Amino acid sequence: MPVPTIGVLALQGDVREHVRALEEAGAKAVTVRRPGELETVDALVVPGGESTTMWKLAVTFDMLEPVRARIAGGMPVYGSCAGMIMLADRIEDGAAGQQTFGGIDMTVRRNAFGRQVDSFEADLDFAGRGPLRAVFIRAPWVESVGSPVEVLARAEPGDRIVAVRQGPLLATSFHPELTGDAGVHSYFVEMVREF
Amino acid sequence: MSSSTPEVTETAITGTARVKRGMAEMLKGGVIMDVVNAEQAKIAEDAGAVAVMALERVPADIRAQGGVSRMSDPDMIDGIIEAVSIPVMAKARIGHFVEAQVLQSLGVDYIDESEVLTPADYANHIDKWQFTVPFVCGATNLGEALRRITEGAAMIRSKGEAGTGDVSNAVTHMRTIRGELRRLSSLPEDELYVAAKELQAPYELVAEVARTGKLPVVLFTAGGIATPADAAMMMQLGAEGVFVGSGIFKSGNPAQRAAAIVKATTFHDDPDVVAKVSRGLGEAMVGINVDDIPVPHRLAERGW
Repeated sequence: MPVPTIGVLALQGDVREHVRALEEAGAKAVTVRRPGELETVDALVVPGGESTTMWKLAVTFDMLEPVRARIAGGMPVYGSCAGMIMLADRIEDGAAGQQTFGGIDMTVRRNAFGRQVDSFEADLDFAGRGPLRAVFIRAPWVESVGSPVEVLARAEPGDRIVAVRQGPLLATSFHPELTGDAGVHSYFVEMVREF
Repeated sequence: MSSSTPEVTETAITGTARVKRGMAEMLKGGVIMDVVNAEQAKIAEDAGAVAVMALERVPADIRAQGGVSRMSDPDMIDGIIEAVSIPVMAKARIGHFVEAQVLQSLGVDYIDESEVLTPADYANHIDKWQFTVPFVCGATNLGEALRRITEGAAMIRSKGEAGTGDVSNAVTHMRTIRGELRRLSSLPEDELYVAAKELQAPYELVAEVARTGKLPVVLFTAGGIATPADAAMMMQLGAEGVFVGSGIFKSGNPAQRAAAIVKATTFHDDPDVVAKVSRGLGEAMVGINVDDIPVPHRLAERGW
């Protein structure tokens, strides 16, 4: 796979920023809103945004089951912030009945770092690759992980888990797409090339 | 950790421009709905709103009832914050920096320094750089948008004419802003000095916008959006998301209309979806033609 085609789920959120970061990382990026478009991509990014809105739209426009099926089939997926919530097998502080795509054996607490006045940026070490500027916006954290999950980054306050990987699935609490540093997206594109 | 691991500083910083503007990026492609109580906020969240705007009276009622309109009661804002898990915004009067301080202390996620409320200062807007909480401001043209950004606004919405259900001013303001952006990005560099003078905005910001062809913050639309087709049209005209004020809770079936506007915003370029969600919504808000409102009573004229 010389240049992988990676879809960005375009139901709601900061789609354009992920498209730009993926292209900078050497992938071909396309937007995906329908099951037919999902079939054409090698991998998927679930962007930042409002997870309850994405869930409702994914149900209404019949995307929940097709994405779950592709995940079960081994498609690589990366989710940032709301995208991390969408990849969690279990969520805390979700809206009543809130569903996710799932795939990563973890419990994610929604809005765990607090409201917008608590949103912050900080340097952290991502996957042993050195300092990375991370932007956290009403961000979730990972409360607990199962044994197949590898922890890639932690952040203050509280040394919380903020980046994880389980096989072809990657998730971050923070928004690398907002900083102009394509490090996390390059890491994901490498993952896609491996799978 | 091995000694070869690069040093990582642990200092977390809140309230940076990136954090404030980034919050608005997360709202893109979504609908922000005016609500006046916790029950309406729940309906908005269930319909798929990306955020709610807490205010005491929707613009249609402010217009009908007159009087001075102000920031909402903190108890009412607390009730809405308690009721929903999505972001909660609230309005402060133009220039009323203490209302903004109060809203920040309540923990609202975004402040709308809004022409819908009665202005508190007819010369100065709030110095928004002094706050950790981000601000959204209205604009009718590019110069106004750039002045608000200079004062620290982290998000802009075209003003339209709130409380009317008449989308025509929203269209005018969005077309004006987008048209002025196109014109600016076509100018040679030596004409940007005069452009900055004409826009009444700082040269550095004007030059940045001329280079990138877009505002440095997210641009939503507001003021008069009442139907799924209104929302879809504003998105096609270049809005990155939609504020709906009176249009939902002044209509016959708020829950269904709210969900329909959310869907039409996401699939704004797909007429089949817009047609499907437009069926059977019941009565839209009654509406007032902007032309029938005397100019001094038009809310979009507030702000300078």
